[in-house]
Amino acid sequence: MNISGQDFIYGCSAIGAGLAMIAGIGPGVGQGIAAGHGASAVGRNPGAKSDITSTMLLGQAVAETTGLYGLVVAIILMFVKPFG
Amino acid sequence: MGGGGEADFMIHGVIKYHLFGQELWLTTTTVGLVIVTIVLLILAFAANRAIKRATDVPGTFQNIVELGVEMLEKMSGGILGKEAGRFANYIGTLFLFILFCNVSGLFGLRTVTADFGVTFLLGLVTFGIVQYQGIKNHGAGHFTGLFKPIPVLFPINLIGEFANPISISLRLFANMLSGVIIMGLWYGMMPILVKIGIPSVLHAYCDVFSGCIQTYVFCMLTMVYVNDKL
Repeated sequence: MNISGQDFIYGCSAIGAGLAMIAGIGPGVGQGIAAGHGASAVGRNPGAKSDITSTMLLGQAVAETTGLYGLVVAIILMFVKPFG
Repeated sequence: MGGGGEADFMIHGVIKYHLFGQELWLTTTTVGLVIVTIVLLILAFAANRAIKRATDVPGTFQNIVELGVEMLEKMSGGILGKEAGRFANYIGTLFLFILFCNVSGLFGLRTVTADFGVTFLLGLVTFGIVQYQGIKNHGAGHFTGLFKPIPVLFPINLIGEFANPISISLRLFANMLSGVIIMGLWYGMMPILVKIGIPSVLHAYCDVFSGCIQTYVFCMLTMVYVNDKL
């Protein structure tokens, strides 16, 4: 089988995209911690449920940003092909 | 791959035109934007009519409009406090626009906000409002504030200022794009049997749930950034 330089670059880009998605671990852990603390806060003070929920969602969305940067890098590597 | 075929989630050109020697395209995003704008205009005229002929015992549509306005005032008042009245108009417009753009994927359009050109413009508008409020309320202190607490931190403060519009727009863009890609892969690559029924769950998560959350987050973050400069 003959692998040209172009094919090699595409293959390495796909590996790089897979590696970039390791960034998904961090936001998963972070959002889980936020949701757990939110649940325990609602358990302690059910009256403040709406305030707690909105604060939790805002914090989770901000924590999600790093994972989304990884996703954007992976998508650029896969579909925009900056090195090919 | 039982179904075969190609997954399709890219932006497509619809009409080509030339401007100043450049070759430009009207894309599927433009079509979606025009449709969303027309729908919003019709809604606005209908709401205006309903409020002008308001009755003491509200009808269904008047009830919905009043509920929406109340929710908007509660949302903006929770963060901006007594300054909320000045920004509630813009926040409400932004909320409805982003919400309709996010949900447009349900109606066969390509989701409008899954195009970085749209979300980056929204982020730039937020950036402009934040900078205008900073200069208006703090004057020169808006720029000397970058050198606090010690002058060495100036580059980091500057990056922090310019990272806001990029992070706020990338967040919306990447969330909607991931939904579009998942739906495109599902419709393009799966055998025909699982294309019936199951995609409704994916649509409910990727378009409706994720779209509503991201709309809320974009508006809340815009208000938080503005509130920092008041």
